[in-house]
Amino acid sequence: MSASAIERMKFDDALAAFEPVLGLETHVELGTASKMFCSCSAEFGGEPNTHVCPVCLGLPGSMPVVNASAIESTIRMGLSLNCSIASWCRFARKNYFYPDMPKDYQVSQYDEPLCVDGYLDVVVATDDGPREFRVEIERVHMEEDTGKLTHAGGDTGRIHGADYSLVDYNRAGIPLIEIVTKPIVGAGELAPLVARAYVTELRDLMRALGVSDVRMDQGSLRCDVNVSLAPSGEPWGTRSETKNVNSLRSVERAVRFEIERQAAVLSGGGRVVQETRHFHEDTGETTSGRSKEHAEEYRYFPEPDLVPVAPTSDWVEELRGTLPEVPSVRRARLQAVWNISDLEMQTLVNAEALDLVESTIDHGVDQAAARKWWTGEFTRIANEQGIALTDLPVTAAHIARVEELIADGSLTDKLARQVFEGVIAGEGDVDAVVQARGLVVVGDDSTLLAAIEQALADQPDVAEKIQGGKVQAAGAIVGAVMKATKGQADAAKVRTLLLEHLGVDG
Amino acid sequence: MSVISDADLVRQDAATLSSALSAGDITSVELTQACLNRISAVDGTIHAFLHVDTDAALATAQDVDRRRAAGEELGRLAGVPLALKDVLTMRGVPTTCGSRILEGWPPPYDSTIVERLRAADVVILGKTNMDEFAMGSSTEHSGYGPTRNPWDVERIPGGSGGGSAAALAAFEAPLAIGTDTGGSIRQPASVTGTVGVKPTYGAVSRYGLVALASSLDQAGPCARSVMDAALLHEVIAGYDPRDSTSINAPVPDVVAGAGNGDIRGMRIGLVRELSGEGYQPGVRERFDQAVAMLTDLGAEVVEVSCPHFDYALGAYYLILPSEASSNLARFDGMRYGLRAGDDGEASVEEVMSRTREVGFGAEVKRRIMLGTYALSSGYYDAYYGQAQKVRTLISRDFAAAFETVDVLVSPTTPTTAFKIGEKVDDPLAMYLNDIATIPVNLAGNCAMSLPIGLAREDDLPVGLQIMAPAQTDDRLYRVGAALEEALLDKRGHALIEEAPAL
Repeated sequence: MSASAIERMKFDDALAAFEPVLGLETHVELGTASKMFCSCSAEFGGEPNTHVCPVCLGLPGSMPVVNASAIESTIRMGLSLNCSIASWCRFARKNYFYPDMPKDYQVSQYDEPLCVDGYLDVVVATDDGPREFRVEIERVHMEEDTGKLTHAGGDTGRIHGADYSLVDYNRAGIPLIEIVTKPIVGAGELAPLVARAYVTELRDLMRALGVSDVRMDQGSLRCDVNVSLAPSGEPWGTRSETKNVNSLRSVERAVRFEIERQAAVLSGGGRVVQETRHFHEDTGETTSGRSKEHAEEYRYFPEPDLVPVAPTSDWVEELRGTLPEVPSVRRARLQAVWNISDLEMQTLVNAEALDLVESTIDHGVDQAAARKWWTGEFTRIANEQGIALTDLPVTAAHIARVEELIADGSLTDKLARQVFEGVIAGEGDVDAVVQARGLVVVGDDSTLLAAIEQALADQPDVAEKIQGGKVQAAGAIVGAVMKATKGQADAAKVRTLLLEHLGVDG
Repeated sequence: MSVISDADLVRQDAATLSSALSAGDITSVELTQACLNRISAVDGTIHAFLHVDTDAALATAQDVDRRRAAGEELGRLAGVPLALKDVLTMRGVPTTCGSRILEGWPPPYDSTIVERLRAADVVILGKTNMDEFAMGSSTEHSGYGPTRNPWDVERIPGGSGGGSAAALAAFEAPLAIGTDTGGSIRQPASVTGTVGVKPTYGAVSRYGLVALASSLDQAGPCARSVMDAALLHEVIAGYDPRDSTSINAPVPDVVAGAGNGDIRGMRIGLVRELSGEGYQPGVRERFDQAVAMLTDLGAEVVEVSCPHFDYALGAYYLILPSEASSNLARFDGMRYGLRAGDDGEASVEEVMSRTREVGFGAEVKRRIMLGTYALSSGYYDAYYGQAQKVRTLISRDFAAAFETVDVLVSPTTPTTAFKIGEKVDDPLAMYLNDIATIPVNLAGNCAMSLPIGLAREDDLPVGLQIMAPAQTDDRLYRVGAALEEALLDKRGHALIEEAPAL
C-alpha cells in the first residue's frame, strides 16, 4: 500500500492547538418482529425481496400503519436516555430520488421527534483513574430503513464502474431509531475515548432494553461521527461527518484521525470542508465523500398518510416501570457483589463477557472460575474463530457441569479444556464428550502406583535424590507418570502417592 | 330469459335491479350482459371505460346467480354491476390512473374498496377513465383520450371522475365508484345529471386508492339516484386497520337517511360566498328553485357566511400539489410501469428523468413543479404553512355555520358542462370549476351533488351541493332524498330519463 497523501498533525500537538467538538448520530435497527409500517418480517437477511409486500415496496395505493411495538421500544429508549417524551408528534416525509427507496421518500421524524433532551453518563479510563462524562442527547426519533443496493460488474463494488445494480427491499421499512447527541465539548484529548465509551454504553443500554441486537458488524448499530475543531478563541469550527463507522474501535480511530487531519488542515492555513467522509477499516483513515457545503433540499412535510403519535402519560409511566437496570449501575453492583477489582471488571467488559459470566454464576459456578473460562480459554477460541463470544456454542450449563466434574475429581483443568474443545466442535454435551473421548482422571491408586514404580525403575537415580532431600526431583517422576497416563491423572495426587511410596514427607 | 329488454334493464336504478334479482325476475348474468352490450354499443362514442373486464364480470355474475339459486342469503347489491374508477387497485386488472406511466401495470393486490365490493358480490364491469392521477375537472387530461358527456358528446363529463359519471349517464352501469380530492365525484355528477357523494374523510378506506393528495382524497359512491348512492355507500364505508386515517366508528345510517325524506324543521344554510358572481344564470335559476322547494318541504332556509371560503382555491392549489409532488415521486421507472430511455448508458437519474418526462402529461408536471416549489425550504412557511392555516380557518367557518344550521347548500359547479377543448389550455379557468366543492375537502366533512334540472340556456344538467358536518353523512341522504322526490313529483320522471338515447 502506498503511503497516505493525507497530512496529519501529531495528536498531542493537535490537542494543544485546538479544542475538539464531537457529535454522534447513531442508528439502531429495532429488533421488532415486523417492519415499521407493515407486517413483513423484519428479520436480518433472507433471500432477496422475500420480506416484502405492497406497503414496503411502496406500490401505488399502499399505505403505512405504524408498528406500535416500535413506538414502545423508542419510548423505552428515550426514557432510559433520560429524555422527555413528546405527548404529540408526527412523522414527516423526506423526499429524494434514489432506487433503494421504494417511494422515493423516506418516512422519518423531522422537527417533531418522539424523545428530546436527555443524557447518557459514560466513564473513560484515564491515567488518573476513571472519569465520568455526561453526553447530552438532542433527540431520539423513528424512521424507516431503505433497501440495499448491490453494484455488480465493477471492480470496487461501488456504483462507479458497475455494469448494473441490484436492489433488495428486505431491509426497506425496518424500524430505525436515530439517536443524536448535542455537541460534546470539553473532552480534550479524551475525545476519541469518550466517543467510544458513549457508543459502547449506548449499545449496552439497547441490549439491556432488549430492543435491538445492536450488532455493529451486521449494521443493526451504525454510527456517524461528526468532528470539528474549534480554533482557540472561537466557539465552533466546520465539521466533517464520517459515515457508517462500524465498530467500537473504529469510532475511536475515526475521531482521532479526524482531529489529526483537521488540525493539519487548519494549522496549514486551510479550511475544513463541510462534507461526509468514509472511514477505512484497513488504514484507519477517512476519505472525502459528498460535499455538504449546500444544504440538502429534502422538502420535508408532515406525512399525511399517518396520524400523529400521541402516547398517553399513563402509558409512558407504565413503560418507565419496565426499564432495566442501567448498565453502568449494574456493573458497579456486580463488581461489588463479586468483589473484583476495577481492572478485573474492565477485563470482563472488554471481553464482552459480563452477561455470560453473570449467567454462569447463576448456574452455581464460582465467580473466579466463571471469569477465568470466559475471559481466558473462550475468548481465545472466539478470537481464533473470528466470532463473538456469545456465538460460541458453550453455555453456562456446560461450564457448571464441567466444574462439577472438576470438583469431584473426575476432570482436571487440562481435561476440562479438552471437553470444551469437543463441545465447541459439536461433539455433544459435556458428558457425551467425556464419554466419547474417554476423558477421565486416572484416579485408581494401584494403577498410579504401578506407573510410579515403572517410572522409578526407568530413572533409578531419582528415588535416591528424593530420599536424599531433593524433593523437587519428584517432578521428573510425576511428569513421566502423567505421560504414561496420557495426562489423565491428577498430578498433585501422583506427587502425594510418590512421596508416600518413598516414605518422604511432602 | 327475462321478459325485460336490455334497453329497459340498463336504465333501471340499482335498487330496482336488486329487487328484480332477488325476486328472480332477472339474473345477474342477463343484467351484466346487458351492461356489457350497452358498453359495446355506446362506449366507442363515450369512452367512459379504459378497461372492460368482461370475463371476470360474467364469472362473478354467474357465481352470484348460482349461489342465489342455491338459496344463499346475499347482500342487497349482489349481482348488480358497477364501474370502478381506474385509480383503485384491483388484483391482476390493469390500473393506470389515466396515466401512460402506469400503462399495463397489473397490481398484485386489491384495494379495500374492491375487497368490500367483492364481499358484497357486486359485479365489477371494468375501470373508468379519469384525468391523469385525478388532476383535472374534465377528463381531458387522461393519457388515453377524453371521455364525452352523454348529454352532449361535444362536452366534457367533468373530472377527474368523468368516466364513472359518464358510464352512469350513458346507462353503461347503474353504479360507479369515484374519488373526490377537490370535487372529482361531485362536479362530474353535477354536469352529467347524476348523484355523487364525497363521504366524510376517513369514512371509506384509502388503502389501494392511488394517492393524489393524501389529506384530501376520499372515495365515494356515484349513482343515478340518492338511494342507490346510499346502498353503495353502505357497502364501501367502514373502518380499515390498513388505513391509519380511517375512522374507527360506526358508519352513519345512510340508507335510513335516503329512505327518510322528511326535512321539516331542518335548518339549511345558503353559503353567501358560493353564489353570485361567476355563476351561470341558468345554474342560479335552478338553484333558487330548488331552495324554494326545500322551504316548501318544511325546512328553514337561512343565509350564512363562510368568509374564508374565498381563500379555499388558493390553499387547495398549494396543499394538493405539495402532497402530489411527493406521492407521485415513486413513478420513476425503476420498479413497475413505464421505463423510458434505458439505453444501457444512461444513469439511474437519467432514466428516472426520461421516464417522468415521457410518462407524465402536462397538468401532472405542472402540479409536481408547483408542489416541489411550495415545499422547498425557504418557501415552505410562506406557501404550505400558510395554506394549512387557511385550511384551519375554513374548518372553523364550517364549524361556526353548523352551529346554526344542519346542512349547507350551494350550486355544485358555477356552470354546466363546457365544451371539450374550451378550457384545457387555461388552468385557472379549469381550476375555478371546483370553487364550490373544494372547501369540503379541505375541512374533511361530507357533501353530495344531486341533479336539480336543466339550465334554461343550454338544456344541460345542473347540480346542487349539500354539505354536512363530518360523520353526519346520513343528513346528506335525507335532504337529497327529500329534494329528489319533490323534483320527481314536479317533473313526473327522473331527470336522467331525459338524457339522450345515444
